[in-house]
Amino acid sequence: MAVLIWVVEGSWPACVDAAGRLGWSGDRVMLIYVREAEVTAAVAGAYAGLFGRGRPARDPSQRLTEASISVAEELLDAAEARLGRPAQRLIRTGRIEREVVAAAAGVDVLIVARDGDLSRLGPRSLGRHTRFVVDHAPCPVLLVWPRIAPSVESIPPPPDRPPGQRKPGRR
Amino acid sequence: MAAEISSILLLFVVLGFAVLRPRGLPEAVAAIPAAAIVVASGAVHWADALSEIRRLAPVVAFLAAILILAQLCDDEGLFRALGAVTARASRGNPIRLLTMVFIVAAAITAILSLDATVVLLTPVVFATAASLGLRAKPHVYACTHLANSGSLLLPVSNLTNLLAFTASGLTFGAFTLVMALPWVAAVGVEYLIFRLFFDRDLGLGTTVCGQPEKLALPVVAVVVVALTLAGFGLTSIAGVNPAWAAAAGAAVLAVRALCRRTATVKSLVSAGSVPFLAFVLALGVVVRAVEDNGLGSAIGRLVPVGSSLPALLAVAALAAVLANVVNNLPAVLVLLPAAAAAGPGVVLAVLIGVNVGPNLTYVGSLATLLWRRILTRNNAEPQLGEFLRLGALTVPPVLVVSVLALWVSLRMFGG
Repeated sequence: MAVLIWVVEGSWPACVDAAGRLGWSGDRVMLIYVREAEVTAAVAGAYAGLFGRGRPARDPSQRLTEASISVAEELLDAAEARLGRPAQRLIRTGRIEREVVAAAAGVDVLIVARDGDLSRLGPRSLGRHTRFVVDHAPCPVLLVWPRIAPSVESIPPPPDRPPGQRKPGRR
Repeated sequence: MAAEISSILLLFVVLGFAVLRPRGLPEAVAAIPAAAIVVASGAVHWADALSEIRRLAPVVAFLAAILILAQLCDDEGLFRALGAVTARASRGNPIRLLTMVFIVAAAITAILSLDATVVLLTPVVFATAASLGLRAKPHVYACTHLANSGSLLLPVSNLTNLLAFTASGLTFGAFTLVMALPWVAAVGVEYLIFRLFFDRDLGLGTTVCGQPEKLALPVVAVVVVALTLAGFGLTSIAGVNPAWAAAAGAAVLAVRALCRRTATVKSLVSAGSVPFLAFVLALGVVVRAVEDNGLGSAIGRLVPVGSSLPALLAVAALAAVLANVVNNLPAVLVLLPAAAAAGPGVVLAVLIGVNVGPNLTYVGSLATLLWRRILTRNNAEPQLGEFLRLGALTVPPVLVVSVLALWVSLRMFGG
């Protein structure tokens, strides 16, 4: 079985632990981390907007690019260490949601952690990128809670009227 | 008529070159010949050009001193130490980290100018967030935003401030006093909007165990910066040009660095960005030519006069729009003569507009954005829709609230 774990800051330990609970012997495990190009591009743009100071050597986005590569490596090191077995590491750059979906083609399960509003059960518990991945994944998806899931009581109560019954006074 | 058209054309050439920077050449390569052409062709009288250069020279020298001071502070390790202090203070909580980033970025922008925030602080903030296992995006975007909206406080915070400061006739102390409330208001509104916009990104805690590394703040650099700040206040009271305080601060750290061989004369001169200074002087001459040949009176009719709240809001809006069209440096050069004639309140409103306006896009102006997209043919450039949405959400409220704060300040301190 080919397992793809999407590593994201703040929520990856839950994904790795879920993969461990799946149990495997000869499975292929892959860890993917996508470097967000937007952040570096915004900084490069901010520097370009400093009208007249442009000297490429001082461009802070160079430092940021190098830093983000080492961040990716360290994150995957930590994930692999927690996994406790060797895994294939994929580092991509670009639009996060699309890179993950592209990498998920052909795998047997994609493990994703919720990263939105985690205070209650509901659709808001998925962030923008996670929502896209869950909606468009071409493979089975295992969606985990990064922390202890909220109780079922956090779901808002159903409306009073049964569906189909009209409000009184309307014909 | 010919002079008017040719000077406007030359201004566009200079601005276009500054945006595109073909072959990585410094912007002065286009600006200096353009300035020479407008003088030689008579579009501006050489005596006027010389007086423009004489007017801008102290501003440019002041800026050079601040740039050198910021670079030397970085060499002393001030920014890395600030990163470590921020990391320890936030204790892994992303919301607390954002608050600390806001405080540090606003202070650095105010004291060491927006160049320091963009070039020196932003990579440190990224590394700090990453070392805490947090998503860097909200904190990095906060730095880029505060480089603009946090630059309202002191005349040294931004080149546009320095230009407005000399045109307004205010003292250093009076400028700071009047702009204190707008600065706090701008940073506060940005913080509120950031907290709401990045609510989800700030919700996840850290996964990193253990304490961040402990780095002591470099005492010498902190003391020199504090003394320079005090020097600004003292020179303001004594009626001396505050550029001397900046020069003194930079000189102290420079001598120390030269003695310890951590810097050379060449590296110091390079930190002072001589091509940039030449670019500013040449741009000033070209803009003077454009104004003398008709645009000046046209702008003068556009700029609303008076320091009533609606007039100030209109001026700030006009300045923000112009800054987004041609970038804030040419915008402030074009608007200042008309604004200065209308009084210091109008000058400060122009300043708020040109400083806050660039947050609308990530390159400081829509013109730059458009030109980069069309002309660099690099279609791999990321869309940055989120940044643009954030800009659209922050700029109007920050503009309105800071101008309101300016109006209150002017009435309190009799601007």
